[in-house]
Amino acid sequence: MEGDIAEMGKFIGVGLTAIGMGGAAIGVGNIAGNFLSGALRNPSAAAGQTAMLFIGIAFAEALGIFSFLVALLLMFAV
Amino acid sequence: MRNKGTETVASESSGFEIKPMDQFEVKALFGGDVSWYTPTNVTLWMALTVLAASALMIFGARGRALVPSRAQSAAELAYGFVHNMVRDVAGHDAVRFFPHIFTLFMFVLFANLLGLIPFAFTTTSHIAVTAVLAFTVFLSVTALGFILNGAKFLGLFWVSSAPLALRPVLALIELISYFARPISHSIRLAGAMMAGHAVAKVFAGFAGALGAAFFVPVLAVTALYALELLVAVIQAYVFTILTCVYLRDALHPSH
Repeated sequence: MEGDIAEMGKFIGVGLTAIGMGGAAIGVGNIAGNFLSGALRNPSAAAGQTAMLFIGIAFAEALGIFSFLVALLLMFAV
Repeated sequence: MRNKGTETVASESSGFEIKPMDQFEVKALFGGDVSWYTPTNVTLWMALTVLAASALMIFGARGRALVPSRAQSAAELAYGFVHNMVRDVAGHDAVRFFPHIFTLFMFVLFANLLGLIPFAFTTTSHIAVTAVLAFTVFLSVTALGFILNGAKFLGLFWVSSAPLALRPVLALIELISYFARPISHSIRLAGAMMAGHAVAKVFAGFAGALGAAFFVPVLAVTALYALELLVAVIQAYVFTILTCVYLRDALHPSH
């Protein structure tokens, strides 16, 4: 019985880590949206900044990846 | 055929059991147990990746025609794309490391794209594979930073533009984020590939379970496949551009 409760808590925790994905989604959307609004104001400067766009997205995404890592650790390592 | 009662439907739909993670199983090619020397489907698809990438570059560069053939323009496009990326992101003095970065890009790109072939195995969906790539980058970039800059490389962690009282705190944060780099670098690629393929498999399972309405999930899988094609290229691009960013930090560590 105790093991069952621990197992249940593990799955609940893994499910809760999906909230982290929402945070990463907000960050990535923010970056892409701000890039687009900036690019529409000054389209000639946009092409040179796409690399920065992807670097920013990658860094924002990394925090979402850490929540995935926590989920993996909970599922398979704890 | 479908209205034979719930029991038949249940047993029929259990025939289309959705097992999205089965496609990532590592199997020995010639049967038997998997140990470190066994040729597996990972080995096979990694070899195919290397062959495909080499074939494109070798046959693409062979002709050197003034009016390029299709293979030559594809090879030139990839070469010029990565060359510009290295020069723009990592700087002019990073161009001497271009061969390594280009190899990484081609390997990841072809592994991602070959994984999209039905019944193929996506090698980059395994964290073990991407972690080796990411740790190679991490270790070589760190070693390079110390070799080229000596102790000045530690200036990367010492934010000299910040107030003095804040600097130790920032140094700690910078240190943690530096060591988190290979983790996020590897899991980003593996996670994106694994998630996309698992979602495609789940939708394909729906097509089997829905019977006459199979065309709805089939259309969804088609749209997902197009998205996956985009993700495969973008993840290869992101992997490479992050390598360039890390390389720039090693070459110019001052904040």
